[in-house]
This record gives sequence, structure tokens and C-alpha cells, in this order.
Amino acid sequence: MSDHAAQRNFVEAVGARVLGGVCYLGGITILLGRAVSVSRATLARSSGRDALIVQMVRVGVRSVGIVCLVQIFIGVILALQLAPPLEPWGQVEMIANIIGIAGFRMLGPILTAVVLSGFAGASIAAELGTMVVAEEIEALQAHALNPVRFLIVPRLLATFVMMILLTIIANWMIAIGGYVTALAVLDPEVSEGYWSLMRDQLRLRDFASGLIMAGVFGVLISLIACYEGLRVRGGAEGVGKATTMTVVYSIVSIVLAAGVFTAIFYVFGF
Amino acid sequence: MTQTDTDNSTNAPISVKPVIRVVDLVKRFSGRAVLDGINLAVHKGETIVIMGGSGCGKSTLLRHMIGSLFPEEGRVELLGRNLNELDEPDLNALRLRFGILFQSGALFNSMTVGENVALPLREHTNLDEQTIDIMVTIKLEQVGLREAADLMPAEISGGMKKRAGLARAIALDPEILFYDEPSAGLDPVTSAEIDQLVMDLSGKLGVTSVVVTHEMDSAFRIADRMAMLDRGKMIKIAPRSEFEAIRDGQATGDEGTDLIRQFLRGDSEGPITARRLSTGYEEDILEAAWEE
Repeated sequence: MSDHAAQRNFVEAVGARVLGGVCYLGGITILLGRAVSVSRATLARSSGRDALIVQMVRVGVRSVGIVCLVQIFIGVILALQLAPPLEPWGQVEMIANIIGIAGFRMLGPILTAVVLSGFAGASIAAELGTMVVAEEIEALQAHALNPVRFLIVPRLLATFVMMILLTIIANWMIAIGGYVTALAVLDPEVSEGYWSLMRDQLRLRDFASGLIMAGVFGVLISLIACYEGLRVRGGAEGVGKATTMTVVYSIVSIVLAAGVFTAIFYVFGF
Repeated sequence: MTQTDTDNSTNAPISVKPVIRVVDLVKRFSGRAVLDGINLAVHKGETIVIMGGSGCGKSTLLRHMIGSLFPEEGRVELLGRNLNELDEPDLNALRLRFGILFQSGALFNSMTVGENVALPLREHTNLDEQTIDIMVTIKLEQVGLREAADLMPAEISGGMKKRAGLARAIALDPEILFYDEPSAGLDPVTSAEIDQLVMDLSGKLGVTSVVVTHEMDSAFRIADRMAMLDRGKMIKIAPRSEFEAIRDGQATGDEGTDLIRQFLRGDSEGPITARRLSTGYEEDILEAAWEE
């Protein structure tokens, strides 16, 4: 009897989770659809373009420093970790190739997205959540102003664009981090051949695949942040929860999306 | 649509078509009816106060009247349009004809007070910036806030926020104004000032006003008619004088009237508190022990 009950509880709990997940995906998809449908209306107005610039500064410009810091260290770490195992094979100079591929295709976009989900995603969720609590969203609707056009589109576009731009910077920071390490710590021939090896290794598709992923991550972070912010209920506690969940869901979705895209790129040899 | 007034008020002008009609409205939240068969008609130019205790459904009723919630049964007609049947563009067109003062003022925190008032004008009219500036100054002057135009919402007091919210609500010269707890959380003088503004707007501009409140002093100051909600039901709609008579009269023994009387007077004893204590303390304890 209690065994049955326990089994049923388990099945119900799993079912509820799955249903919740499907609803969440549905909600995010609808939000994206609405944002796309009014994005032209947003950009047609000077107020919309101003809001976009404000958000780009907030999302992107303010995160440049922290992205650079993180990514330079990633380059340093990669170089220091890779050099010893490559040494016995006489292949230490190959760190340039490996850092190029790992940085441009994967670590640049992923770690920038993780930084941005904490930096921009959390603040977008907190801001929108506070607006919900303060009845500002309702007030927008009451004034016949579409919150999606007014609030969501600028944040979505800004995060999308800035994520790509930040990733371009991040990629070079990883490369520079590796180079600086080679210069300072490793044999001179490693740093001498560093840039030419990296240039030989990297193809246009390596840049492109990283930037495609960066764009997708940007959309995911801002959508999750906006969705979490807009569905805040119950005051300050709700805002705190939305902020936390934004970071958690963003990072999970970034890693899952990276997996999916890597598989697709692998299959198509991209 | 020439139906006569269906509410039980006695001397409201019956021949005129109401600007707001709520007909047999039912709203349920997770199966529980928070509004149960509400009927209400509001006429042009009058100020009606909807009152009731916390959780009686008065804010929910207000949200139905402004088209942010929709009923399970029944309908709300605003300026002759059934809100259930409107699509988003039509509803938005209608929204320009009424204004709402939210409980917190709901100013947009990223904009100055002046920009808040200017926003509806910028978005919904083709006026040039200079004209908008002039109109913002006029609206802020009407609520006595002209000097605060360049301040951010975080820099002003609660009462000023409400006045600024009111200036924004009247920016497009609405025909109807909805007020959600306009004097909640304000000191008596500021509260009286807000009441005076409500009366001025309805008196001078002929605006129809719907005020949701549980502040009785304020309600009796501004109301032409009053409506009492209790546990999702409309128990009385009548001119202010009738409610004053109930407040000042003796207990009648009739539960409905005594309930209103207790609410209006703010008495700690009466039908409202009696029903909360319907089962005694001892029974609760014994019941709990029995279940163990």
C-alpha cells in the first residue's frame, strides 16, 4: 500500500517536473515570438533605439572588464595545464593550436555567457521583477504600452548583440593569455611560433561557430532573465528567487545548447 | 442596450446609459469564487467608492474594470464596449480613455516625474516636444507637483508619488479615473489632499471616478455613491447618505446592515468578527486532540 503510494508520488513528481519544464519552454517561446513580432516597432521609434543603447551599455560595456579578466586567466590556465603533457612528445608549441580551437570554438562563448548570465541576466531579472512588484508593468499596460515592446525587446537585442561582441573580445583575450604565458614561462620557440600556428589552425568556421553559439546564448540569457523577472510574484522574496533561478537556468541552458550545437557542428563537419 | 439600471441604488439617474456596467460577474481563483455574481453600474460624472475588508475582492473587481483580468462568467462594459469581446488593439484604444492611479503610484523608476507624465503624451499623441513640456507642466501643476518635475521617483515621498501617478493618469484627459487605495499608507493630511484632488477632478473636469478603498474617512469625503463588497458578494450599493445613516444609527439586528455598520464604524465587535470566531477555542483544542 505505502509502496504503491510512494511509487505514485514518484511518478507524479516526475510528471509535474516534466510538465513544468514544458510549460517553461512554452512560456519562453511565446515571449520570444512576441518580442520578434514587435521588434521592428521598437526600433522604429527613437525612444526604442535609445532604450536599446542604454541596455547595450548596461549589458555589454560594463561587463567588458570582467570578461577580459576571466578570459585572460583561461588562456593562462590552458597554457600552463597543456604544456607539461605535451612536453614528452615535443609538441609544446601545439598549445597555440589547442588554445585557438578551445578558445574560439567553445571557451570564449561559453565562459562569456556564464559571466553575462550572472552579470546581466541576474540584473535584468531583478529589475523586471521589481517593476512587477511596483505595479509598473501593469501601469504600462494601463497606458496602452506593450511591455514586450517597451522592456523586453531592448534587453533581448542588447544581450544578443553584446554577447557576440564580447565573445570576439573574449576569444582574443584567451589567445593573449596563452601567449603571455608562453612568453613568460615556456620555451622561447613556443611564443615565437604562437601566432603563426594559431593562424594556420583557425578557419573562418571556427570563428563563426563560436559566434553563432554566442548569439544563441545571448538570446537564451535575456529570455530566461525577462521571463523570470516578469513572472515574479510576492515581493522582494520573489525577486530574489527570480534572480537566482535566472543564473541557474541560464547556465544549464547554455551548457545544453552548447552540447546540441557542438553535435550539429560535428555532424556537418562545421 | 437601453436596459435600465440593475443595481439596487435608489436615486441614481436611471435614464442615462452608465459608463461602466458590471453584469453578473464571476471570477474564480483555483476553484474559489473571489467575485460571485457582481452587478454594478457607474454613471457619468459620479464618484463611486467600492469598499470592503482585505481580501473581499475589491481590487480584483477593479482589475476587471480596467481590462487586466477577465471574468469566468458575466461581463464588464466600459464606455459601451464589452471588454470580453475586445482584441488587444481595441482594448488599447479604450485604455487611452481611462486613467488609473495605482496603489503605489507605479511611477517608472528609470524616468523623472516629468518624463513619467510625458510618456503617454509622447507615445500616443503627435504633439511636439514643446507642447508636451507645457502639458506636463499643466498636469503637474494640477496635482501641485510642478517643482518636482526633474526629480526621480526614488527622491520623492509616498504622497508625492501618488500625486505624480495621478498627473500621469490624467495626462490624456481620461473620461474615467480608477483609484486603487488612493490614501493607503498616507498621513491624514496628505490623504485629505489626495481626496481633495479626486473631488476636484470629478467636480471641475466631470471625470467619472471609481475608488477602491477601505479608508472610511476618505470614502465618506469623496463618495457620491458607495458599494460594499463582502467575501466576493456585493451586499449594498447606495448613496452616501444611506451609508451615513447606517454608520450613525443603532444596530438593527439585521446581519447585513450590522455587518456594514461594523465595517463603517471600525468596531471590534459585530457580525464580521463574530463569524471569524464561529467555533470556539476549546472546540478547536479538543478537535485537535481528537485527531491525534
